[in-house]
Amino acid sequence: MENAVFERIRSDISDNDVVLYMKGSPVFPQCGFSAAVVQVLTHLGVPFKGVDVLTDPSLRQGVKDFSSWPTIPQLYVKGEFVGGCDIVREMYQTGELTELLNSRGIDARPAA
Amino acid sequence: MAMDPTEIVRLIKDGIPDAQVQIEDLRGDGDHYAAYVESSSFAGKTRVQQHQMVYRALQGRMGGELHALALQTGVPRG
Repeated sequence: MENAVFERIRSDISDNDVVLYMKGSPVFPQCGFSAAVVQVLTHLGVPFKGVDVLTDPSLRQGVKDFSSWPTIPQLYVKGEFVGGCDIVREMYQTGELTELLNSRGIDARPAA
Repeated sequence: MAMDPTEIVRLIKDGIPDAQVQIEDLRGDGDHYAAYVESSSFAGKTRVQQHQMVYRALQGRMGGELHALALQTGVPRG
């Protein structure tokens, strides 16, 4: 059961360069923290796959176990866990997020 | 779904003995906090690892009875 969820997460984050596990959809986030990360990615002009954990309780718990991270949202770049809302916001403000994305071969506009 | 700020600080300091913790109740509702945690044990660790150390100190309360804790971590200077 848990392995099936982990498998799904592994394939999501290897098939897509940027994946955001979030509450709600990128168009209709259901939580302010998820909305904040969507906003950052949108500002940077980075395409991403949003995965709504609210539609699947096993995924909602599974992604927390997968990353040893207790909260949603969770951002993955090229298969690597980058952080939740606080880290993403901090990295965005310092320009580190743009650097990280560029270093992984993903185009991102510099934080204005 | 509320937690006393002194309890949050106590848990963090129990888990990370040299931690300096500043905490702010963002809405005055005991449910939305911002914390700044400084510890020399964060040195050489990524932000994710630093935050994971704080979450571990909170023993599963983060995401449970503690709904929102905006977290920032740092290593003391000098």
